[in-house]
Amino acid sequence: MGPLVPFVFSNEFGLLMAVFIGIAFGFILEQAGFSSTKKLVGLFYGNDFTVLRVFFTAGVTAMTGVMLLGHYGLLDLDVIYINPTFVRSALVGGVIMGAGFIIGGFCPGTSVCAAAIGKLDAMLFILGSVLGIFAFLEVYPAIKEFYMADAMGPVKIYEQLGMHKEVWALLLTLIALFAFVVTWYIEKNVNNEPAVISPTWKRRYALAMALPVVVILLLMMLPNKQEIIQNRIAEAKRQQKCVFHEIDADNLAYQIVNHYYDINVIDVRSPEEYEKFHIPMAINIPFENLMDRQWEDIFKQTIKKNIFYADSDTLVRMSCLKARFIGESENLILKESATAFRDLYYSLEMPEPEDSKQAHELYFFRANHAEKMLDLKKALENIGKPVKKEVIVVQGGCS
Amino acid sequence: MEHIKERPYMNPYLAGFFLGLILIATIFISGRGLGASGAFKSIAVATVAKTAPAHAETGMAYTEYVETHPGGVLRDWLVFEVLGVLIGAFFSGVLSNRVALKLEKGPRATNALRIGGAILGGALFGFGSQLGRGCTSGSALSGMAVMSFGGIITMLAIFGGGYALAYFFRRLWLK
Repeated sequence: MGPLVPFVFSNEFGLLMAVFIGIAFGFILEQAGFSSTKKLVGLFYGNDFTVLRVFFTAGVTAMTGVMLLGHYGLLDLDVIYINPTFVRSALVGGVIMGAGFIIGGFCPGTSVCAAAIGKLDAMLFILGSVLGIFAFLEVYPAIKEFYMADAMGPVKIYEQLGMHKEVWALLLTLIALFAFVVTWYIEKNVNNEPAVISPTWKRRYALAMALPVVVILLLMMLPNKQEIIQNRIAEAKRQQKCVFHEIDADNLAYQIVNHYYDINVIDVRSPEEYEKFHIPMAINIPFENLMDRQWEDIFKQTIKKNIFYADSDTLVRMSCLKARFIGESENLILKESATAFRDLYYSLEMPEPEDSKQAHELYFFRANHAEKMLDLKKALENIGKPVKKEVIVVQGGCS
Repeated sequence: MEHIKERPYMNPYLAGFFLGLILIATIFISGRGLGASGAFKSIAVATVAKTAPAHAETGMAYTEYVETHPGGVLRDWLVFEVLGVLIGAFFSGVLSNRVALKLEKGPRATNALRIGGAILGGALFGFGSQLGRGCTSGSALSGMAVMSFGGIITMLAIFGGGYALAYFFRRLWLK
């Protein structure tokens, strides 16, 4: 499923969606009061914690939602943009932004909101921002080394802290809820207001606070899409219900030569083993990557048959089962192992003259098909290399 | 002329919840989060390209930016999103009777101080957002949603920096 751009919709459509998303974003920011600089800086003086409330609630909601979508395979978390980490530049940049926040009274998103409703200070802030970015662009060659230092790639915080994703989510949620309560008392204290709340609202807030915690706890306990498929495979194996359609080496060779357009030959071994030897026309999808989004269409189509092979019997059967749970395609397995196929076709020995006629016929069939498969591979190589697919990475970030 | 009363702001938690839903929708549709400073960068690059084309063709930062925007520097996802923000915020302001030309400042700050502060603060934020690879929305909020390590440390640095310096700039905002 998601992300829809660029898989389902084009990037052009993405730009149109950007306008609509922006409208919703701007509307909510303005409604929340982010168009007022006093409300924004109140965060730093303890008299108005609106920013913290909106920001943390949005962060926890979005994090939980993204996790939920990923859990059930509706959103491919390996493809979405994860802000890359460059420790030094992130920290220094962050502190400079903090200074900009307290001196200017806005951040870029909120300044756009405030400018839209006529705040002159926000318009000046935008002017300043563009000038600041211009200054950065000018000094960029000199500070590029610093800007690129400590590159860690798109690492996630829970990997960095060595905890489970759900544990981090729960931790952040609890921190947020704790902060909401504490800042409420601080705010009342700073503004000399009595810290009282009506019982109705108390109940409502308690329910709202329980919601994300419950969702995350459920996610922790319930199996995700991958685990559901694994369980189904294990269950099918336990009940010995799996029927595998097999194809033997000679039949496969015949199919490749005569009906290559009707089949996908899939090597589920590691890329190294694939490089060493693979059946001509075969594509490589290592077992661990079977469920990657890029291969989904191979298992969801119903036009071509998928034929799996590997060296180990278990591996090939597991792959076939997995494929069956991903999509509706017809899946077969090669009776022989990859090594056996190589021995049968590419280390042929001429039969002795006194051998049977059948042995001679088989020899010619195999020699002929071995040759033809290689020819076919060569002939089709330039049409479209079916070996490896590019991984699509979504563009993102603010830089 | 009768003064029309401003409507109160939305409950912050409710607004945050909606904002979170918008962010989920954004990630689901586009595979990326929200942002703002990136659009300012597009404007900065486009302005330089227009006024000093020779400079834009030699500057390292400009050529790198142009390379990543084959369709033109203003054909950027964030530019379109920020246009939407302008429309959405204006619409909200009209609905709540908050649209007015106004220079908002602390009770002790003079106009000149506020003007200087806004420009200087903007410049710092703009510069910092480039180092931090995104601002409060692009790096901190969207980073939190996808659990990015970089996004979360940027967020801590922004708010940590703000709190550390708040005392020194209280004349701008407090009584």
